[in-house]
Amino acid sequence: MKFAVIVFPGSNCDDDMVYAVQEGLQEDVDKVWYTEESVADYDAILLPGGFSYGDYLRSGAIARFAPVMESVIEEAQKGKPVLGVCNGFQVLLEAGLLPGAMQRNKNLKFICRPVELKVDNNETGFTKSYEKGESITVPVAHGDGNYYCDNKTLQQLKENNQIVFTYQDDINGSVEGIAGIVNEKGNVLGMMPHPERATTSLLGSSDGLKLFQSILNHWRESHVLTS
Amino acid sequence: MVKVQVYVTLKEGVLDPQGSAITHSLHTMNYNEVKSVQTGKYIELEVEKTDDLEERVKEMCEKLLSNPVIEDYTYTIGEAVS
Repeated sequence: MKFAVIVFPGSNCDDDMVYAVQEGLQEDVDKVWYTEESVADYDAILLPGGFSYGDYLRSGAIARFAPVMESVIEEAQKGKPVLGVCNGFQVLLEAGLLPGAMQRNKNLKFICRPVELKVDNNETGFTKSYEKGESITVPVAHGDGNYYCDNKTLQQLKENNQIVFTYQDDINGSVEGIAGIVNEKGNVLGMMPHPERATTSLLGSSDGLKLFQSILNHWRESHVLTS
Repeated sequence: MVKVQVYVTLKEGVLDPQGSAITHSLHTMNYNEVKSVQTGKYIELEVEKTDDLEERVKEMCEKLLSNPVIEDYTYTIGEAVS
């Protein structure tokens, strides 16, 4: 399986994402610079954390119009797995691939520490290796992680089972404690916590590894077994 | 050239954590007459005057300058300057 890690000016978790794929999955991964025109050759697209374009205007607002994003949006609409973590999640929201918007943390603090998450939906291509309701420890590092959506959108998220991860404690003011959501089709996941920083116990937790394993297993089910 | 002034504010009902912090700070400074504070952004553009100027300014506001999910925008288009 071949992964692309998109690198914007100001991305800073791209190496962690590459590490998770290389060391955690032993699969192929390339860093793809934001000026590239196509990501069609890849099986999965990862948008890393960081501060693309210095978070100017709004987090992710400018990266969303970077040249590579046209192809990312196209591949997402075709059903390819797309994972956005932290700033990557913010880019997906700004691009309209996921509903809602991100606001400054309720307490205005930058939060950087491991947090307890609950796996609310283990039926996505990103979470199949988890148990439903499983409690996992994954680090967060964000100042703008306060997820907002209106009531109508929240109802839709609930009805379609799109809420994938929630915080066990209210750390940033997010609506219903939302930490990660998928799109209606289930092939685009955005989450504020960093699974790529929790892929081996040496890093304090290996709970994030199952997310990458899920992507790989899900892909193998539809590609390798049929060939 | 025309000067376009764009104001971006949070939609009604969307919590404004910065506004709340500023309100609190003003109260500790004894400005108790302040009932609420709303923060926003001011963006100034210098734009070539074209026939579809206003239409394009609206587009810029909706696509990039504001996020319609949480923000409203207003703009004023100034007199032409050389």
